[in-house]
Amino acid sequence: MVAISDLKKISEYEWEIPQSFRADMRVPVRFFVTRDLLEQALRDASLEQAVNAATLPGLVGHVTVMPDMHQGYGFPIGGVAATRYPQGVISPGAIGYDINCGVRLLGSQIEAEAAKPRLDVLATALNKYCPSGVGQGGALKLTERELDAICVEGAEWAKKRGYASDADLRRTEEGGRLEGADPAKVSPRAKQRGRPQIGTLGAGNHFIEVDVVEEIFDEEAAQVMGLHAGHLALQIHCGSRGFGHQICSDYVRAFQGAVKRYGIQLPDRELVCAPLDSPEGQDYLAAMRCAANYAFANRQLLAHWARQAFEETLAGGVKNWHLHQIYDIAHNMGKVEEHVVDGKKLKVCVHRKGATRAFGPGFPGLPAEYQKIGQPVLVPGSMGTASWVLVGTEGSMQRSFGSTCHGAGRTMSRSQAKKQIWGEDLRKELEGEGIHIRTGSLAGLAEEAPAAYKDVDAVVETVTGAGIARKVARLVPLVVVKG
Amino acid sequence: MFTLTTTYQRNYKGSVTWGVGCDFQLEVLPFFVGIGKIRYTGKTMVTETGYREIEHTADWELEVWAPNLSSLLETAARGMYALAQMQLVDGERESREFEIPFGDRESLLVDFLAELLYLGEGEGLVMDEFSFTFDGNTLKVRAWGAPIKNQSKEIKAVTYHRLQIRETEFGLVVNLVFDV
Repeated sequence: MVAISDLKKISEYEWEIPQSFRADMRVPVRFFVTRDLLEQALRDASLEQAVNAATLPGLVGHVTVMPDMHQGYGFPIGGVAATRYPQGVISPGAIGYDINCGVRLLGSQIEAEAAKPRLDVLATALNKYCPSGVGQGGALKLTERELDAICVEGAEWAKKRGYASDADLRRTEEGGRLEGADPAKVSPRAKQRGRPQIGTLGAGNHFIEVDVVEEIFDEEAAQVMGLHAGHLALQIHCGSRGFGHQICSDYVRAFQGAVKRYGIQLPDRELVCAPLDSPEGQDYLAAMRCAANYAFANRQLLAHWARQAFEETLAGGVKNWHLHQIYDIAHNMGKVEEHVVDGKKLKVCVHRKGATRAFGPGFPGLPAEYQKIGQPVLVPGSMGTASWVLVGTEGSMQRSFGSTCHGAGRTMSRSQAKKQIWGEDLRKELEGEGIHIRTGSLAGLAEEAPAAYKDVDAVVETVTGAGIARKVARLVPLVVVKG
Repeated sequence: MFTLTTTYQRNYKGSVTWGVGCDFQLEVLPFFVGIGKIRYTGKTMVTETGYREIEHTADWELEVWAPNLSSLLETAARGMYALAQMQLVDGERESREFEIPFGDRESLLVDFLAELLYLGEGEGLVMDEFSFTFDGNTLKVRAWGAPIKNQSKEIKAVTYHRLQIRETEFGLVVNLVFDV
């Protein structure tokens, strides 16, 4: 177990576990917390898991962990690890089963006050148009050829079929399409799981949320994004569904043999990996990119249907019911990027698991309008609390491989949450606060109760205090749709 | 340590079984099962086979114990279905056969449970009876079950996190973490 005495304080917001902490560490662990969040982090195994992650071959710099960290399976949630490309390794477990789980934010000109009488109907319409819940299939029935096209084209596939605009794609990480995807590297079973689930939200902590922009902290950035105080915004949080889950499962299984072939010793079998330049590593990279593209297309389809729900509910009742894309960003992904490490520019594979890419101003890959302000970062809070819009900074490029936090981060187990909180009571409480809830499972609602999460405002204060993100706007929820 | 105490288990059909007495007690931890408006709380004790939920911040962890490998597989399946609150319909039974290459015991367990998750998601089936035949380097499984009546939770995957089947004086014990 990692104890506070093992840590080195770098600054008010940054701490280090030195490489000397354990003999098998290849790099140190750096993490961003306040003292209060540090105490929370020490209560579970997140830092121990970060130390395990620091044993991956080919790591450069340090393993970074965000303040919304919590223990996961193998790699901590909130973790970022960069391995040298192509000699280092890629680890499917360090990206996660829900490949390209991410968040999309859409803004609007709709004044919340004007929409309030229609919010309950809007909640019902969103629930109707956007399928959610365990085992729920979608409205689209894909052929295998269409699924293969989604694997390669991502959100561009959705645009070809009238589900997306040019602006949607431009304001999506990687334009909604990762190059190098190869459907031949995806198992038939993954394809079988993926075909019926496209265009669905799923269950767990995934949601669609209508928010009101409560406060703007950076007028210039908010103006560029099209965020206005008092106006509605929409968040979509979901990923690659059973398609990504199966791809990750397949490769974690296959890599159990790969680590033996390449003589890689690891402290946890869930961290299994293969060299990026090996056939196994290349195959996983190509399959992971298929799942990433699937997830971009999935959020695009859900955004399309959310727009239909807005039109059905609000057209004629408000002046302009349209939703415009602000950004779509992944927080479970492996990306080949260039970063400066020890003064040298290196090509690395950045594993982000529960951490958001946060490129600062002027970095390649950002749409022209965001070049000056930096990349939008979307940080959903727990249900019923605030969410944040941030932007990446020069500091995130220097200290966290262009990454920052991804949410509030759990602090209470699901079983503990269910013990303490009744789903029905929680729904009444949230509805009493003026939040309209649609959920397929009251037990699931209880598991995602705000009390089960850290304070998202404290998480955001930490990343902005540390200089790895900058505040743009704070949003508060009006409608929550969950599976 | 010999301990006489009450035990219970809830299976995936929703029924709760109470028992009395056991040979020993591994640990006494609160165990919780909730369904609808009814809640059961109590202590989990070691019977010959069983499972219990272990606190995990984000995901689900089960400790499963059984006297032998085939029993461990079956008990882990029961535990997984219980966590997902999967219930099967009464009526016509269906069977499926599948094979798992036998590499190591942990991989066998993961593959077996992953196959059941797939049958749940892909074919809408919960399996509650199994026969296992070890044939050279392959485990042949025949499973019987029925369609899912309802399911409250989604399990994304069975993980290898800290996965190790331990041989204890009481039989085989394993901790399984599921991504949810």
